[in-house]
Amino acid sequence: MADTLPPPLGARLRLHGLPVASIVLLVLLIWYGGAWLLNAPGAIERVLRDQPWGWQDLFTATMAMERPVLPAPHQVAADFWSSLVDWPLDSPRNLLFHVAVTAESTLWGFVLGSLLGLLLAVCIVHSRTLDRALLPWIVASQSVPVLAIAPIVLVILGSLGFAGVAPKAVIAMYLCFFPVTVAMVQGLRSPLRIETEMLHTYAASRWQALWLLRLPASLPFLFPALRVGIAAGLVGAMVAELPTGAQAGLGARLLTGSYYGNTVQIWSALLMSALLGLVLTSVVAALEHLALRQRRQA
Amino acid sequence: MTTQVKSAVAMVGAALLGALLLVQLPAAQGAAPPTPLFWLATSAQALLAVQSVRSLAAFNRPRWMGTLTAALFGLWLLYFWQLLVVAFQVPRVLLPPPVMILQSMLEHWPTLWRDFTQTVLKAVVLGWVLGSALGFGVALAIDRQPFLQRGLLPLASLTSTIPLVAVAPIAVMWFGFEWPSKAAVVVLMTFFPMLVSTLAGLQASGKLERELMHSYAATYGGTLLALRLPVALPFMFGALKINASLALIGAIVAEFFGSPTSGLGFRISTEASRMNMPLVWGAIVVAAVTGSLAYTLLLRLERRFAFWHPSVREAVGT
Repeated sequence: MADTLPPPLGARLRLHGLPVASIVLLVLLIWYGGAWLLNAPGAIERVLRDQPWGWQDLFTATMAMERPVLPAPHQVAADFWSSLVDWPLDSPRNLLFHVAVTAESTLWGFVLGSLLGLLLAVCIVHSRTLDRALLPWIVASQSVPVLAIAPIVLVILGSLGFAGVAPKAVIAMYLCFFPVTVAMVQGLRSPLRIETEMLHTYAASRWQALWLLRLPASLPFLFPALRVGIAAGLVGAMVAELPTGAQAGLGARLLTGSYYGNTVQIWSALLMSALLGLVLTSVVAALEHLALRQRRQA
Repeated sequence: MTTQVKSAVAMVGAALLGALLLVQLPAAQGAAPPTPLFWLATSAQALLAVQSVRSLAAFNRPRWMGTLTAALFGLWLLYFWQLLVVAFQVPRVLLPPPVMILQSMLEHWPTLWRDFTQTVLKAVVLGWVLGSALGFGVALAIDRQPFLQRGLLPLASLTSTIPLVAVAPIAVMWFGFEWPSKAAVVVLMTFFPMLVSTLAGLQASGKLERELMHSYAATYGGTLLALRLPVALPFMFGALKINASLALIGAIVAEFFGSPTSGLGFRISTEASRMNMPLVWGAIVVAAVTGSLAYTLLLRLERRFAFWHPSVREAVGT
């Protein structure tokens, strides 16, 4: 099996690392150029008004504005870093505090939504009526902006006396739920006819067939849906923080940043939410790798 | 006309008749508190409804039977929503009955229409077209540059895990409260799926087919037009469909961050804070119908232009 061995690290880096690195570099360059261009009018008006200035002065001014139109990458990085280390973990000025709040509701919603989706998929696979009557609606709901229901969920749960993490988790939950259900119905049906018939000849019950054949066979379908689900759940949790005027969470941080025109804060919150999305998805991908590793060896 | 068909028709007819009789009870109209008789009748009606859906679900063909089953199920859902909400006198803030939502939609039709034009016809359509066209264009442009492809593709795929809607406050700052800021968010959200799918689609043609084109001495452009773009069509339609719902979400959420005094997202968030829930539901109905219509339209187009693809042939059943 020599041909399936991965190529040596150096070759892989040259093949993939170099192009990616050059694109990142290009994006950074464009970003700096954009910061210079977009901030120049403001800098001329506010910083360089009373003095003669050359283009170097203009450049340094645009790179260190108080409230830039587009903050330069190093400004964002500095703000990002200082909001990680300069404040205690429980201070609302620390980004990790907001990350914890958002991640908590995302994860609750993700776990509950995935379990609910799994349960419903099992019911749909075993009931012809549900399959014919309910599944088309769930599939159709994928084309509908379900996120728009978020304010309603917040109002309903708010007037029932739920506050804090519950409403946000519910919104993250129903965003995770739809993709998981659709994929799991597909996955639970993926075993071949010959396999289900063999279990039938063993006089296996429906539960045994589910446990021994259908669930294992559905795993390759489940994990991509989980990756979609957790990314959708993060969006849901962040959007859920907007209308409540929540004090904590990445969405709230974005909103306060936009209220006070604090652009650097918005950009570092944006960077943080991107990182959180990446981390959450890679955790799911790592789980997938672990769960499917034995299968590849077998 | 087999006995199965006859019994199914009888079942559905009986269930619908029962439903009509049930709403005549005073408790069902909210005129009296629910009596035991009402509970008995409601439970019986629920059983009837379940049975009617089951009797329809038993049919495999014709194809529209599946749609009919789902439609009947949706009808029953709406019916019991209306019945129970009115009978229990659930506060309107929690859950307005469907009839009230419909009334509110009819009453505020001009407002909703203005919101629709503001959000959908301006921000969503323009953003969707621009974002998808840009994604397609960039994919075509870097088609001959494997270096750029290897650099862009991993980064572009990563963006699907990032909450891109979060750029909304920045877009509002740059482009103002009007629809261009929403369109900008939509462009950003729809660009990457289209880029990734088009690149994947352009790689999808088989070696054998490409070699055939080569043996015909086809130029790069000729191969692209005759072979590679048609093969890429199903991929591109997949991205267009995903983008349609992404675009709606992007525009609506971007309006939560600040908008002029119209727009579906604006309507949803302000009326929710004023506890005018029927209108909020009305705006959501408009958004949902828009999403499904766009999806259906794209599906039709896909069947028309990618009719040869196995997935389409299977779905159409030829």
